[in-house]
Amino acid sequence: MVRSHILVCGGTGCHSSGSDKLYTLFESELAAAGLGDEVKVIKTGCFGLCALGPVVVVYPEGAFYSQVGAEDVKEIVTEHLLKGRLVKRLLYTETVAEDTILSLDSTDFYRKQKRVALQNCGVIDPEDINEYVAYDGYMALAKVLTEMKPEDVVAEILNSGLRGRGGGGFPTGTKWKFAAAQPAGEKYVCCNADEGDPGAFMDRSVLEGDPHCILEAMAIAGYAIGASHGYIYVRAEYPIAVKRLRIAIAQARETGLLGGNILGSGFDFDVDIRLGAGAFVCGEETALLNSIEGRRGDPRPRPPFPAVKGLFGKPTIINNVETLANIPRIILNGADWFAAMGTEKSKGTKVFALGGKINHTGLVEIPMGTTLREIIEEIGGGIPDGKKFKAVQTGGPSGGCIPAQHLDIPVDYDNLTAIGSIMGSGGMIVMDEDNCMVDIAKFFLEFTVDESCGKCTPCRVGIRRMLEILEKITAGQAVPEDLDTLEGLCYFIKENALCGLGQTAPNPVLSTLRYFRDEYDAHVREKRCPAGVCKKLLSYTIDPEKCRGCTLCARNCPTNAISGELKKPHVIDTAKCIKCGACIDSCKFAAIYRR
Amino acid sequence: MSSKACTIASVGTPEQDKKLRESIAALHGGHSLVQILQAAQEIYGYLPEASLEVIASELDISPESVYSVATFYSQFTFSPKGKYAISVCLGTACYVKGAGEIYSKIKEKLGVEDGGCTADGKFSLDACRCMGACGLAPVLSINEDVYGKVTPDQIDGILKKCD
Repeated sequence: MVRSHILVCGGTGCHSSGSDKLYTLFESELAAAGLGDEVKVIKTGCFGLCALGPVVVVYPEGAFYSQVGAEDVKEIVTEHLLKGRLVKRLLYTETVAEDTILSLDSTDFYRKQKRVALQNCGVIDPEDINEYVAYDGYMALAKVLTEMKPEDVVAEILNSGLRGRGGGGFPTGTKWKFAAAQPAGEKYVCCNADEGDPGAFMDRSVLEGDPHCILEAMAIAGYAIGASHGYIYVRAEYPIAVKRLRIAIAQARETGLLGGNILGSGFDFDVDIRLGAGAFVCGEETALLNSIEGRRGDPRPRPPFPAVKGLFGKPTIINNVETLANIPRIILNGADWFAAMGTEKSKGTKVFALGGKINHTGLVEIPMGTTLREIIEEIGGGIPDGKKFKAVQTGGPSGGCIPAQHLDIPVDYDNLTAIGSIMGSGGMIVMDEDNCMVDIAKFFLEFTVDESCGKCTPCRVGIRRMLEILEKITAGQAVPEDLDTLEGLCYFIKENALCGLGQTAPNPVLSTLRYFRDEYDAHVREKRCPAGVCKKLLSYTIDPEKCRGCTLCARNCPTNAISGELKKPHVIDTAKCIKCGACIDSCKFAAIYRR
Repeated sequence: MSSKACTIASVGTPEQDKKLRESIAALHGGHSLVQILQAAQEIYGYLPEASLEVIASELDISPESVYSVATFYSQFTFSPKGKYAISVCLGTACYVKGAGEIYSKIKEKLGVEDGGCTADGKFSLDACRCMGACGLAPVLSINEDVYGKVTPDQIDGILKKCD
């Protein structure tokens, strides 16, 4: 009889900080304590609060242990599981009350969240189909196969108002309707798990924490449009996700939930995995199709749309992981339940990967319409080290930077577009006063230049020209006219690039020009980087009051730009200085300033 | 690239070459070029030029078309990696937390360029885009090991561990 469960987070963040080792240690410590039969250790998906990883939760008490180290395992086993005493020093402080534990839902991080796509992440063992089934898994598939006609399924998804969570925000039901309307024959369902936005990892977490829900959703989609085969296109950089998907597919086939004649309904559906090979543009649906076909991931001109002529020339729907994760829940709870959450035009919830200069980095799922301020200040716990908020970036390389004045807008597709950013796949990176917005714009353009497939000229050449101008600006070599050229290029590329990558690549520049023009001006007109980031605009000086003349900086300077006698204040020759910062790193008296 | 594919006798060790031919045979059937390249890289650790020619010849397509696909994807590399392959995440979350500085510091320390390998074959260095460990930013990985919340002054210590 199992009396306690130890849930060890096996998500990427916690895995990286050694949760695998914790899992094996728990097993061996429990065995040593003779508790092997009474306490079960389960490796789950992501709990969301990655900043406090590795996370271990012990049930039935619901004790949320954070930042657990290998050395803590023995104590948890002997104190908590043998003697029934909580290990208070490891409990997440917000859950500690006088002599009880508060529910996680009462903490700032979880209180405003609503987990739909992530509902099983951190709850079930993703490598065991029985755990998924115990949480109503495959019930939605059974429901559509036994009680619903394909057109009812499409109608249900249409009525729910679900829109694509991968970035575009296209109504999912409409996609399905187009594909379903094509003449019967070979059709395909593709799951886009090529999560390329750097800083977004919700798809990874769903795949790692709840892989069966994606298989179930794909089978439902297959039934709705008349497809019997599906492909999951997943990044090769996500080895844990790939492994768990493979396990899930094998288990689903074994139990007859994938394959021929599912649940005796006469409906056949099977899924294969294709590994991405590292190309951001493959997140664009037509490029993804080319890549599955073994070709270069060049986007295809549209029309024809994939719903008409997609994979191998057949009607195809391509849905993102998070979009699919909502499907079984919509089928089980009804379109009205889903549509009751969110705003007028954006229904349901959205998962965000909260990162950057924020206390609670991690994954959060909130109802659409929650404000940015609630996400950043309440759920995210604000900015660390008492620094000042500068901007929040959403939508990755296709999105924009949102300044403080817009923090109170409710988050949905249309509101974010209206203020010059996009929802994107859900990366949300917070920046503080130490981040230079021109540098950030340059960072994103370096990314898109690197990832441009080269097929169309506006993107291949245009973005490169933009990057060159930004390089001039950050090097202090730009003239005011360059800003006009930069802006002109932005609009031209937006209108003329072939695919979403090129059309949205100017967004980080446009939004920073719109909200942080003063920073651009400081770089161009005053040759100054207000945040102190752009190296070539910085100057280094030694404070003669603080300098002890230890000569350490002079010895570390690679260009011999520092001179001075022993025990006398040193000086930096700015003509020779290459601004590498070696002197600051070596100074033991904090006598060198960078401005 | 030359088109002398059929004259290629060996790419790596006989076992590796046998594995490559087996993988090609198993995956053959159109639409599988990316998968075959992934298999080849798994076998050799990188894509030796000769392996591309073998693939072209086995699939009966031009070496140019194999090369065109192989160069498109950043996963494929044409030079061997070091014994310790260092990968510094330059995703947005890591970048705003100073990953750029960490990357240039390692570059300087090892004296290698992006994607390069030290002369003794010990270290290779790459920048990567997001490992999904944004909660631990800035992050770098050495082979399978991930190091989170890295600061520039930890770099020497981390590199020293690789022996």
